[in-house]
Order: sequence, then C-alpha cells, then structure tokens
Amino acid sequence: MGVSARALKRYGKPIAFLLLSLPAAWLVANWILAFAGEPHGLGFNPHETSNRFSGDWALRILLGGLALTPLASALGTQKPILFRRMMGLFAFFYVLLHIVSYVWLDLLLDWAALWRDIVKRTYITVGMAAAVALVPLAWTSTSGWVKRLGARRWKRLHRLVYLIVPLALLHFYMMRKGIQAEPLIYAAIFAGLMLLRLPVVRRLFHRTQNRKRPAGLSRP
Amino acid sequence: LQPLPHAKTSFDPGGELTPEEAITSYNNYYEFGVDKSDPSRNAWRLQPKPWSVAVDGMVERPAAYAFEDLVDFSALEERIYRLRCVEAWSMVVPWIGVPLASLLDKVGVQTGAKYVRFETLADEKQMPGLKWPVVDWPYVEGLRLDEATNPLALIAVGLYGKELPNQNGAPLRLVVPWKYGFKSIKSIVRITLTDVRPRTTWERQNAREYGFFANVNPDVPHPRWSQATERRIGEFGRRRTEKFNGYGELVAHLYQGMDLRQYY
Repeated sequence: MGVSARALKRYGKPIAFLLLSLPAAWLVANWILAFAGEPHGLGFNPHETSNRFSGDWALRILLGGLALTPLASALGTQKPILFRRMMGLFAFFYVLLHIVSYVWLDLLLDWAALWRDIVKRTYITVGMAAAVALVPLAWTSTSGWVKRLGARRWKRLHRLVYLIVPLALLHFYMMRKGIQAEPLIYAAIFAGLMLLRLPVVRRLFHRTQNRKRPAGLSRP
Repeated sequence: LQPLPHAKTSFDPGGELTPEEAITSYNNYYEFGVDKSDPSRNAWRLQPKPWSVAVDGMVERPAAYAFEDLVDFSALEERIYRLRCVEAWSMVVPWIGVPLASLLDKVGVQTGAKYVRFETLADEKQMPGLKWPVVDWPYVEGLRLDEATNPLALIAVGLYGKELPNQNGAPLRLVVPWKYGFKSIKSIVRITLTDVRPRTTWERQNAREYGFFANVNPDVPHPRWSQATERRIGEFGRRRTEKFNGYGELVAHLYQGMDLRQYY
C-alpha cells in the first residue's frame, strides 16, 4: 500500500467514519420524512424496511471488520487493522439502531410484547443474545481497556465475535420464509473469512508472498 | 389493463382502501423473487393471455378450459375484502371476481369429492424466481369443499376496476379473506377435485409454522412471531387482529368442534 499510516489516520479514518455513517443518516432522514407525511424511501412497509436495513448493515460491517485481518496478511501490512475498532463500533451502532427500530418503531415500546418475543421466539432470542454479547466488546474497545485487561486477555475476550457473527447469521436465516439466497450468501462470506484464518491457508498465502517478493524487489 | 364492468356489492368493511400503488407494488409472489418489490419489477414476463386452466379429478366435465370460459364475465362483482398476511401486515383490497362456487358449478363436482386443490403456473421462462428453491414449485394450495363453496370464497380477475396486474396473480386467483394471504393462490393453472387433503406448499415447507387451514387467528401465534396485532399498510400504529380476519359470522360455523390450536 502506497499510503502512509499517518495519512490513513488523518484522512482515511474521517472518510471511513463518514462512509459508515451514511446508511444511518439515510435511515434517520427517511424516518423523519415518513413521520412528516412527506415522500420517503422506506417503501410501503417502513417498519419492515427499517428493521431489515439496519440489520443488513450491522451484518455487513461485522463481516467487513472480520475481513481486515485476512486483508492485512494478504497485503503484508498491518494498516487495515487501523480501521478495526471503528468498524466494530459501527457494527455495534447499527445493532443498536436495529433494536431501536424493532422495539420503538415496530413494537411501539410494548415491553411485554418484547419480553414474550425474547422468551418465546427463537430467532429473537438468538438475535438478542448476539446483541448482548457485543456489549462487552464495545465497552472494552478503548486503548485504556486493552491495557487494563492486558493484551492477551483482551484478545481472548474479543474472540467472542466468532460466536456473535454466527448467531447473527442464524437470526437472519431464521427470520426469512422458505430457503432464501441472501442469508446463505452472508454465511458463505463468513465461512470464507474464517477459512482464510486457518493456519494452513495462511501459510499458503505467505509462501506465495515470499515467492513474489524477490520479483517485486527487482522492479526498478 | 382493461377496465372490467362489474356490480357493486355490500362486501365493504368501511374505512379507507389501501392505495392501488401499494397493492400492486408490495407483493409476496416468490415465483418472481423474494423481495416485496421483486414481483412488480419482474412480473411483466408473465403472459396472462391466452390462459388455460386444467380442471381434473372428481369433476363431471374435466377439460383444459380457457379462463374466460370458467369465469362468467357478465356476472363480475366488486368485493372489498380485508387481506391479512401471515407476516402480520394487512390491506383493504377492492377485488373484482365471481364466487369460487360458480366455477365449481360450471365443471360439476362429483359426489365424494372433499377438497379442492389449486396449482400456480411454474414456468422458468416467465418466472425468474423459480431458479431458487425457496419452496417446492409449483405452488400448491387447497381448501375443504365446504370452505370452497362458502359465499366468501372468490375467484378474482380484477382489482381497482381493472384486470389483475400480473404481480397480483393474473389472470385469475383465489381470494379467501378469512385465511392468511398465502392461501389465496395466484395465477391458477390447475384445479383438482379430490377426496384426499392436498399437501399445500407451505405446509410441506414447514408444517409447524404453516397449517393447512391457516385461518387468521390472533390467539394462535406463529412460532416466530405473534399474530395478535397487525400493521395496516400506510399506518404507523398496530391494530388488533380479529379472529377469522373479522369474517367469523360468515365462516366460523365451518370449524365448529375443531380445535383451532391443533388445526391451525
């Protein structure tokens, strides 16, 4: 990568922040239009659109975050890792939006109905479990917490994400009727990202990189 | 879409109709894709004319009928029905059609027939959604004969004064407003009278979640969500769902003595 880590920190991060905020900004703006009785982009069932949209983005950003490590080893640089915390926190933010959309806009703060859903409906239970498991990760996302826990324990804690994403994927698969492509595509991407983490696969990567390096060096 | 001359009827729940644009662009019709906007985008591929309906099984006059010969177009009536989807949203739709019973009279039901089985077209050239096995194609639905001959059961050929748009099930579809929307099968190509209960598509796909009867019932939750309330398309709040979608006076007697928790 030809971009310096400093440039990435100074310009890359604000740009990433802006890009990751766009879906949320779109969602909120359209809800405001909808409630004002103006034309909006949420379709004929705004609640359904909003639940799905926020959930889709939470999943996409989670998977995007999991792609950073394989990307880093493929590029042979740690620079992608600069964006990992931001992506994790944005994923958590979209999960919160997802829950606000469901509990406030859809269920209209009917807490009894929410509790019944959590207890009785497996796909809600699964989704809620994934959301709750994200809380300690968001909470301990600061450098201060890395120091306090020690890098090793912090890392072990944050491996929870390997449980959270499958739960979120299961939640997605269960809420669709019949056998639908979309949840399976997301699951396949997750499986691919996990495969890239296998030592065997990583060693393969390194070997090809080692083979490439001399050629790269000989370039003028 | 040609306008259809029709008689007004007293079937009208009152209140506002769901806008035509919502009825024709927010659809579940998986043969054209699983997103709500897919059918209105993809259903132009469907050729609703000419259209032949195979009528077979325990009938007096089995044949391949042109759909215009099955539906008496001089007897069309408008019926404004509530539609309650199993996904907990609802609409109010001004259908145009004839009672299903009039079709059954035309083909002659043999004694001993107990059920009517319906089948939707399954043609990959016209229906891009068939490439993906969301459910077992073709789509199959069924009614008990006494349900089918209930005056409320309608074969619709029109909507909002005109012919049915493809995404709404052109050229002819079933409308059984006291049942969840998936029972109201679209674009019918086969009607079979039989003495065995047909295995319907959603029952085959997941019998625990979708029963053969599928009567609208706020007291029997879907395993994945409550059916106690619904969202009327166009509204922000939730409404209480009525048993038999509010048509109990006309249909509750069909299920006397049946445990609706068991036969959901």
